[in-house]
Amino acid sequence: MSNVDPTAMADGELVRPNLQRQLLEGRAIKNNILTILTWIIATLAAVPLVSVIYMLLVRGGTRLFGADFVEVLTALPPAGFEMGGGIGPAILGTLTMVGIATVISVPFGIMAAIYLAILGPSSKLATTSRFLAKVLTGFPSILAGVFVYAVLVVHFGYSPWAGGVALAVLMLPTVVLAAEEAIAQVPQRMKDAAFGIGCTRTQVIWKVVLPTGLPGILTGVMLAIAGAAGESAPLLFTALFSNYFIENLSIDNNPTASLSILIYNFSGMPFENQIELAWTASLVLVLIVLVFNILARLFGQPKV
Amino acid sequence: MNAAAASDVSTRSEFIAEPYQVEGKTVIDCDVKKIFYGSFLAVRDSYVPVEKNKITAFIGPSGCGKSTVLRSLNRMNDLISVFRFEGSVYYHGQDIYAANVDPVVVRRYIGMVFQQPNPFSMSIYDNVAFGLKLNKFKGDYDEKVQKALERAALWKEVKDKLKNSGLSLSGGQQQRLCIARAIATEPDVLLMDEPCSALDPIATRQVEELMLELRERFTVALVTHNMQQATRVGDTTAFFSVDISKGGRTGYLVEMGPTKQVFEDPKQALTKEYVAGEFS
Repeated sequence: MSNVDPTAMADGELVRPNLQRQLLEGRAIKNNILTILTWIIATLAAVPLVSVIYMLLVRGGTRLFGADFVEVLTALPPAGFEMGGGIGPAILGTLTMVGIATVISVPFGIMAAIYLAILGPSSKLATTSRFLAKVLTGFPSILAGVFVYAVLVVHFGYSPWAGGVALAVLMLPTVVLAAEEAIAQVPQRMKDAAFGIGCTRTQVIWKVVLPTGLPGILTGVMLAIAGAAGESAPLLFTALFSNYFIENLSIDNNPTASLSILIYNFSGMPFENQIELAWTASLVLVLIVLVFNILARLFGQPKV
Repeated sequence: MNAAAASDVSTRSEFIAEPYQVEGKTVIDCDVKKIFYGSFLAVRDSYVPVEKNKITAFIGPSGCGKSTVLRSLNRMNDLISVFRFEGSVYYHGQDIYAANVDPVVVRRYIGMVFQQPNPFSMSIYDNVAFGLKLNKFKGDYDEKVQKALERAALWKEVKDKLKNSGLSLSGGQQQRLCIARAIATEPDVLLMDEPCSALDPIATRQVEELMLELRERFTVALVTHNMQQATRVGDTTAFFSVDISKGGRTGYLVEMGPTKQVFEDPKQALTKEYVAGEFS
């Protein structure tokens, strides 16, 4: 009432309210303080992220963007006191194992998601497997390595397949849950339209649901790939490491290099050259994930 | 006074409408005995013939089961797991609820347009061509797509942007796109479930004109909340009401006949009150 002109009320006329902004009013002050606070907190939250990327670019960029970048990307890792060298085998190994993991986990994951979202969303099998998938997202990654060690490595030895399977175990729940979410978001009326025009259930899923949910599914797959590419613990038990390029995809005693294990090995060495390469490998790992992300966005976009 | 009369008829739970004697040829002879959702009796005892090359309008208050009956005509309700149909729907002499009938094939002959426009998230062209591809149509797609869009009175507006997303169109255009998609495969019957309820008056007008044109080639069954729409486009009108006795809400057919007769000279008191706008 303090904003109201009291003389106007006395006349019984329409009260003319004061509509001007009152900066010193309690709620305005509170509003401004909270706004500034969220800005500060958001900035603070970005600090670790920005500083990691800055460090990577500065420390890893010197070799990667230097004159000998071809050597860095393709050559074998150097021995102690040796200059030069590169991370070629590790890049190839990581790409191979992530590739194997993707080929295994994506089809299984999407098929499971179709079951969870469409075929039997409230069946006992669905609720159980959805619960297990959620538990698996928090599964300690080293246990995936131990599991594959017991199942594959004990019989065949270290191999890219063992590494790929371990990564697939870790990727599967992410793919399943993200794909289920994406599929469930396809509006019912779109499915009705497809049924109404005479589609079988398979055709509805194949021609309408999956294309419509594709961007969401690909986002989930990319998240899973990014996570898997950076895993080191499960690879220790399954792919081990190698200083040489993998020559074939044999499952039989075929230790394979990977970027994450290379970073772990080299960052602990007392040689400047190796430590620099560890930084370079970190940057390359981030760039690989970035490139996949961009590609997925390009291909995942609706065609129209 | 009218409320008393209305309740008088609607509580007559055993009331069964006189079967409508069709003069011309029928495409669908729908004889509903009972339709259940789980243990809930949604519709009972309604004989609804759909005449060839005519528009049959289903009117009635909310919850009277008119949409349920419409969606039973191409077995869309089969997608609801608790749905149960007792009775028969003869389509050209075959009961589509017979055990050996594939509902997917039924829906290719009896197409459907829904209340909410529901184009697929693909281009305008692909939306219309969808049904053709599904039926493995071999021939000139461009021509078929153009013809369907022309018939749906949408061609002029979209002919330069066929590659754009169907979802980029306005609501009225989307609904006409859905109609084009439904008629591209030349279905025998088109079921329309309140196709104009999400549209503005101008788009409604266009869709109604479209229905009158479609009648030449197709047979249309139309559910509408809008009685003026029924009088504007309906050749035959079926009036459903809802029976709230016995604690349930069971819909049933009250009266069916030529639209003019149903609106101007209804045989049932309940119909008279409804078309006069005295209850809803």
